[in-house]
Amino acid sequence: MTLALPSPAVAALFASQRRRIAVAGGVIAVGLALLAVLSLGSGAVRIPPERVVAVLSAWISGDREVLASREALIILSIRVPRLILGALIGAALAVSGALMQGLFRNPLADPGLVGVSSGAALAAGFTIVLGDRILGTVSAQLPFILLPVGAFVGGLASTLILYAIATRHGRTSVAVMLLAGVALGAFAGALTGVLAFVSDDRQLRDLTFWSLGSLSGASWTKVWTVVPLVLPVLLAVPLLARGLNALLLGEAEAFHLGIPVQALKRAVILMVAVAVGASVASAGVIGFVGIVVPHLLRLVFGPDHRTLLPFAALLGAGLLTGADLAARTLVAPAELPIGILTAAIGAPFFLWLLLRRDRSLDS
Amino acid sequence: MTRAPIPSRLLSRRSLLAATAALPLAPGAPRAAERRIVAAGGVITEIVYALGRQDLLVGVDTTSLFPAAALKDKAQVGYVRALSPEGVLSLRPTDLLAVEGAGPPDALKLIAEAGVRVERVSEDTSEAGVAGRIRAIGRFVGAEGEANTLAARVEEGFAGLKRRRDAVAARKRVLFVLSLQNGRVMVGGAKSSADAIIRYAGAVNAADSVEGFKPLTDEGLIAAAPDAILMMSHNDHAASPDQVFGIPALSATPAAKTRSLIAMDGLYLLGFGPRTPDAAADLMTALYGKAG
Repeated sequence: MTLALPSPAVAALFASQRRRIAVAGGVIAVGLALLAVLSLGSGAVRIPPERVVAVLSAWISGDREVLASREALIILSIRVPRLILGALIGAALAVSGALMQGLFRNPLADPGLVGVSSGAALAAGFTIVLGDRILGTVSAQLPFILLPVGAFVGGLASTLILYAIATRHGRTSVAVMLLAGVALGAFAGALTGVLAFVSDDRQLRDLTFWSLGSLSGASWTKVWTVVPLVLPVLLAVPLLARGLNALLLGEAEAFHLGIPVQALKRAVILMVAVAVGASVASAGVIGFVGIVVPHLLRLVFGPDHRTLLPFAALLGAGLLTGADLAARTLVAPAELPIGILTAAIGAPFFLWLLLRRDRSLDS
Repeated sequence: MTRAPIPSRLLSRRSLLAATAALPLAPGAPRAAERRIVAAGGVITEIVYALGRQDLLVGVDTTSLFPAAALKDKAQVGYVRALSPEGVLSLRPTDLLAVEGAGPPDALKLIAEAGVRVERVSEDTSEAGVAGRIRAIGRFVGAEGEANTLAARVEEGFAGLKRRRDAVAARKRVLFVLSLQNGRVMVGGAKSSADAIIRYAGAVNAADSVEGFKPLTDEGLIAAAPDAILMMSHNDHAASPDQVFGIPALSATPAAKTRSLIAMDGLYLLGFGPRTPDAAADLMTALYGKAG
């Protein structure tokens, strides 16, 4: 995406913020590092800090005796993949939220708007309810492999359908996409309801638990399936920042500034579908992160996407890692679904921020 | 957002118990020979208690409601289908006894990788299934003698039920009502646990036109024509006949004429453990009187 800088006045406004950004960036980065250390060191099993350090150094040096210990299994097979998965998914959801809000020029847009969540939920419902019946006869493991694959494919498919509906003569209408998204979501919801109707008790509970979202099933296998999908999206996101900034002025204005508007829309929609699809497929539905994180950042830094997008990744990762830490420890040895926590922690904090600042939200 | 949450052990007594139970193991420390079992599935907990081996249990899942002591005395590892691997491991179990439906599979795999013996228990509701389950768990907890005695008693109970069933001249139609949420009647259809217990009691499931637990339409309820309504009571609290037969569709059934509403404790009725023959016998007595 090549384009001229926004007007000098805007540039000057952003320049005055440089120090603020540097300070906040430092705080968030340090906080994230501390949270990571805390996550690896706490959980239902109590492992003293020096043992955590010993296991992590054995991981690097390959000390077999330490690696064979039970603590090593808990840290390296449970906590580390869970930390990585949580950080990746948190970053993916927050960045996707910021991208959607930029594309729709509406602070209420969330990653679910491209239909990816409802499509994924429907596909997941299919594998939960019908997978048992049809596939369980083939192999007991198959439904569990098929669930994330199905959710990802379902999410992507519903986004493509939505995109096709909203695109005419090579132009995608954002308004049509929004409305069609609502309709498709309702339709997918109805089909999910049909599945709930034909499911037995146990499948119904699985469906419910899945829709609450959880990082409980984190494993290296999951990490390696999510990394190649989410990481390229996160790395490519900064390339969209200038285009999205121009888009804040309106589609026509952005076009006259030399922004390839249609290509930008396509890129944003595809990236969000992939990132959110991968997240939903591996951890179920986790709400609120995509809405609250970009908002917090806009309240602090204003609407510049060059700041917003990288910070959304950091803060999203932090929020989800923190929420997961609480999910794993509050009711140990049981676990809370993380979707409950993201809303429980995020919502009051967000409201408090809204009450404290009366700055207009017309970003 | 990035502030450390309060350490969990300050927050709940149960996590405090779990935390103190999970003392760090020095690498290569000799393992204690004692067995520490985690039960995932209410029926497993019930059987282990019935065999008097509850001291071996260190953790139970949230469906372990009978006996009531289980959830009070043992650490809770969450819902049977959503177990947390680290949570289970924090209890330092030697074995995990899990019903077929326990999960998720990834969690069970990790638990097995940590050196915990994972043993599956069938959830079969047939007579052989109930007795076999008791014997299998008995072998597992080293209480074969007790298990054989208990299983024999259960088999005797089933045999007695069969004798009583054979003496029943006219089978009654029973409708199991799971819930009456704002007039929507959820019933137990074919292949549900309710269907099994109704058949043990020598009755016909009035809702066998549907499968599993499903809401039935008003017309479906009238067509089911139950002679009696069966419901679960929760902590001795049950729906009153006035509430149940106040529902128009149910007021038009044979059950409403005789006001036959049977309320039984949910786990007793649908647990499929050692108490099942007694539960079926009680249901039978409620339907047909003491005959047989």
